[in-house]
Amino acid sequence: MTQSFRLESGGLINRDKKISFKFNGKNYYGYEGDTLASALIANGVHLIGRSFKYHRPRGFFGAGVDEPYAIVQLYRNGETEPNIKATEQELFEGLEAKSVNCWPSVNFDVGAINNFLKIFLPAGFYYKTFMWPKSFWYKIYEPFIRRAAGLGTASIKHDKERYEHKYEYCDVLITGSGPSGLASAYSAAKNGAKVILAEDKSRFGGTLLTSEVNIGNQSGKEWADSIISELKEMPNVTLKNRSQVFGYYDHNMLVMSERISDHLPKTKKYHPKQRLWYIRAKEVLISSGSIERPIVFGNNDTPGVMLSSAAKEYMKVYGVLVGKKPLIFTNNDSGYETAIEFKKNGVDPIILDTRKEPQSEIIEEAKNMNINIKNSYVVVAAQGYKKVKSADIAKISDDKEELGSVENIKCDCICVSGFWTPTIHLASQSGNKTKFNEEIDAFVPDISKQNEKTLGAANGIYTLEETLKDSFEKGNLLSKKITNNENKVSFPNVVEKKSTVHDKFWCVPLPKGKNYKRFLDFQNDVAVSDIEIALKEGYRSIEHVKRYTTLGMATDQGKTSNLNGLQLVSKIENKVVPAVGHTTFRPPYSPVSIGAIVGREVGKHSKPTRKSPMHSWHEKNNAVFVDAGVWLRPRYYKRGDENLFEASKREAKNVRTNVGVCDVTTLGKIDIKGPDAAEFLNRVYTNAWLKLPVGKARYGVMLREDGIVMDDGTTTRISENHYHMTTTTAQAANVLSHLEYYLQLVWPELNVNVVSTTEQWAGAAIAGPKSREVLKKLFPNTDVTNEGLPFMGYMEGDLFGVKAKIFRISFSGELAYEVNVESDYGYFMWEKIIEVGEEFGIQPYGTEALSTLRIEMGHVAGSELDGRTIPYDNSLEGLLSKKKDFIGKRSLSRKAFAAEDRQKIVGVVPLDKKTSIPEGSHLVKDSNAPLPNPKLGYISASCWSVEHDNPFSLAILKDGKNMIGEKLFVMSPLKNKVIPVEIVSSHYVDPKGERVRS
Amino acid sequence: MLHIKCPHCGMRSQIEFSYGGDATVKRPELGKEISDQDWDNFVYNRKSLRGKHWELWQHLSGCRQWIKVQRDTATHEIFKTLKANEEIS
Ligand SMILES: [Zn+2]
Repeated sequence: MTQSFRLESGGLINRDKKISFKFNGKNYYGYEGDTLASALIANGVHLIGRSFKYHRPRGFFGAGVDEPYAIVQLYRNGETEPNIKATEQELFEGLEAKSVNCWPSVNFDVGAINNFLKIFLPAGFYYKTFMWPKSFWYKIYEPFIRRAAGLGTASIKHDKERYEHKYEYCDVLITGSGPSGLASAYSAAKNGAKVILAEDKSRFGGTLLTSEVNIGNQSGKEWADSIISELKEMPNVTLKNRSQVFGYYDHNMLVMSERISDHLPKTKKYHPKQRLWYIRAKEVLISSGSIERPIVFGNNDTPGVMLSSAAKEYMKVYGVLVGKKPLIFTNNDSGYETAIEFKKNGVDPIILDTRKEPQSEIIEEAKNMNINIKNSYVVVAAQGYKKVKSADIAKISDDKEELGSVENIKCDCICVSGFWTPTIHLASQSGNKTKFNEEIDAFVPDISKQNEKTLGAANGIYTLEETLKDSFEKGNLLSKKITNNENKVSFPNVVEKKSTVHDKFWCVPLPKGKNYKRFLDFQNDVAVSDIEIALKEGYRSIEHVKRYTTLGMATDQGKTSNLNGLQLVSKIENKVVPAVGHTTFRPPYSPVSIGAIVGREVGKHSKPTRKSPMHSWHEKNNAVFVDAGVWLRPRYYKRGDENLFEASKREAKNVRTNVGVCDVTTLGKIDIKGPDAAEFLNRVYTNAWLKLPVGKARYGVMLREDGIVMDDGTTTRISENHYHMTTTTAQAANVLSHLEYYLQLVWPELNVNVVSTTEQWAGAAIAGPKSREVLKKLFPNTDVTNEGLPFMGYMEGDLFGVKAKIFRISFSGELAYEVNVESDYGYFMWEKIIEVGEEFGIQPYGTEALSTLRIEMGHVAGSELDGRTIPYDNSLEGLLSKKKDFIGKRSLSRKAFAAEDRQKIVGVVPLDKKTSIPEGSHLVKDSNAPLPNPKLGYISASCWSVEHDNPFSLAILKDGKNMIGEKLFVMSPLKNKVIPVEIVSSHYVDPKGERVRS
Repeated sequence: MLHIKCPHCGMRSQIEFSYGGDATVKRPELGKEISDQDWDNFVYNRKSLRGKHWELWQHLSGCRQWIKVQRDTATHEIFKTLKANEEIS
């Protein structure tokens, strides 16, 4: 196909480089520097999709971020991405795109039937139409709406692309590289400030690329180019194109998404696809410009109706005509600039100006070029279905209420200008309340809340001279304040054509007997009639009207629709626009890909993985790992065809009969030093600590102030003023913070220091009746007999030349030891343990066997200390000192905590001694009781008791103290299980605790 | 994201800190008789003020010091930060 709408010459595209691409399966050509939109228009393609609700044909409305219609599904390098604006997507070789929101195809769309049924789809149609019957929702309504109304399809494949995050600090962040952005960046940079200048588009310069102005002795574009090339050379300036600052957050932090590879057929090696910048700026200059406002008229959503500024941009930047018989419909001078550009390119436009007798330099120029101008004229309705074919036009009375007789004129596009709306999204996000400017009929930023200033058109300043002057000055002033350096830039001479005031006209009345749809929000298909209905139904707050009608929602965020919507509400409500107010602008200003937000925190990188020094040994010995907090721990060591159940049973049994070794490096370890350390521990733990001798360990429980158990562990007195505390793996970080809180804030008079030593020590638990034999081989020169190292004893030893800490403590309930060496010797220690233990049948055991061992012993762990239980619940009340106060003690006398029938830990055994009990199941008295069946307790942990060879569980049960011997039912609706059980003591093995002392 | 001035380390981003609640709450003295109501006020009852508020933050990924921060809970403006041992004035 030929590019029949491409001009012979002109534009900023590279005509030497032809680029082929596909749209809806058809091949086309464009040029390097095109967007998908400009290339399609060059090829005469104006039908790009279907509208959201009524499935009306959709074309192009804008030329950039303001585009509400032209959203496509993009295919690139074997991946697909939804919701891409064709006006922003740069063309690359091999690009493929498809229409969205049309089914089965863009030319024949089943959903367009909605257009004829529109009586059923007014404001709030989701809420009304699809409410009843309820059963229809999942099966019929939802799938239909999803298929018919989706804006695109997300890929379900893993995204192979790389996205990065970057944190940056600067003196001045400038958002937008139009005249105000360039001028302020230039003067700030000259003062030595660290400047970041962000431009959303691929080309710097903003409106200077399309306007007929002179700055100094250069054209606007030449001036922009020269400023940019000078800024590029300055080391204190970061220039970023294809970069959208989309969010303004607290304390002057802004977030910017940089599209690094989206314009290339394939991401370059070692490059990210996109980069998200978190920028903390001392000052922010918002130079985001303004967006042209539509005028509302009948069928104003027909393909071929577009913003006049977009038509101009397609000509000046891309060398593309949006039509060959253009009609310009304007209420201000901007439409004339577009008309003049058409005329210069040999196309005859007709201007309809709503104003009666406007006079200005620009209008004079248009007249001198013999452009056909009709004053006091409006477009009543566009005609044509898939593309504008003609327009119904009419004269309008001076009071803008009465239409003259309607005539039809041929045209192939209607370029609309309803004046300009400042882009105040970022200013509003910063907390700036904004104010209404009567002169331009739009909101502008008001008093700054953060360090932000808005410049140029974004601030409602529409002349170049004023914009440049203000921007040079602000850039200079703000940077001078930061750098204490002034290097004033001389202000250039500006030549621009003067324009006259605009007409505050925004909506064409309906001619008698006609009921054209007049759209306000083009993306969400919100028409004038929808707002009228919403107000009739009693919606008043603009925020409610927005949600009920979907006005200004989705990716559009009210860019083109906002003000006309407010005008309508204010007209019906008989209020002025500022009294109606505007809806809150929220980040992101423009859609941001999920990949960019997630960054590198994907898969294994979503959190750090910590491994013990013995990890590679475990790997070599067929360990199957499990995530334990941030750690990877061996769950079991697989032998032959064993599964988890078989392996963990073997490992646990071997501990009960011989000896096993478990990697306990992950336990939290805190070193505590200072003359008041004993006193501190005495306050932190519930039991007594003042008299613990040097060389002894003690089990302790710590509470939160509300009486709930926080953590447990053993702490050992290494020397007079030095203790070694252990915590559970999961609570290690919280316990350290907790200790620091009391030492720094509550009892600063205590002379104690705490520091985490978790990573400094590697630990191995050696457990089982033969563990002492292993210890003797490991430490031949140390007395590890029951007398030399009794239960809860501690000593140092020499492990083949490595200094080791030996604790005689037990989690498994067997005779057991924990040996710690400095981390770097962990692997050495482990190998030695395996080596000397071989003759005693030593086997490594993982977390599954570890759990089995502690559960059948009735030792509590994280599943019982779950932030909901007090010491009594865990049968730890024996550890509550009556003689002293401690953290959380006072809470334990609360009524509920002291209740007679308080919950308590028990053991649970299935009556058939076979059925395993799912963790989390509930205990009930009567399995047939009507729902909700009163719950007596819950299963906290389950195992297969290797000692008794049947299932065994721990449970927290109401009045557990008096329930031993009772028969209850375990119910698990999730697993669809009802199991008759008997309640037994939680100490299922060695209830007297003789083994640990043997 | 807030920008908090740690009195020990200087301006740092919020991600380095963790929040620790109302800084004006004083823990009752150990071993002292206290009514249920007073104890409940210490453990549970907080005002949840709108406006200026003294609160605790810990510079967790920095110097690990607990600090006092005066912040407006509505606007997030931070007026002052103090070390743990400095009295709120
Ligand atoms: Zn700090």
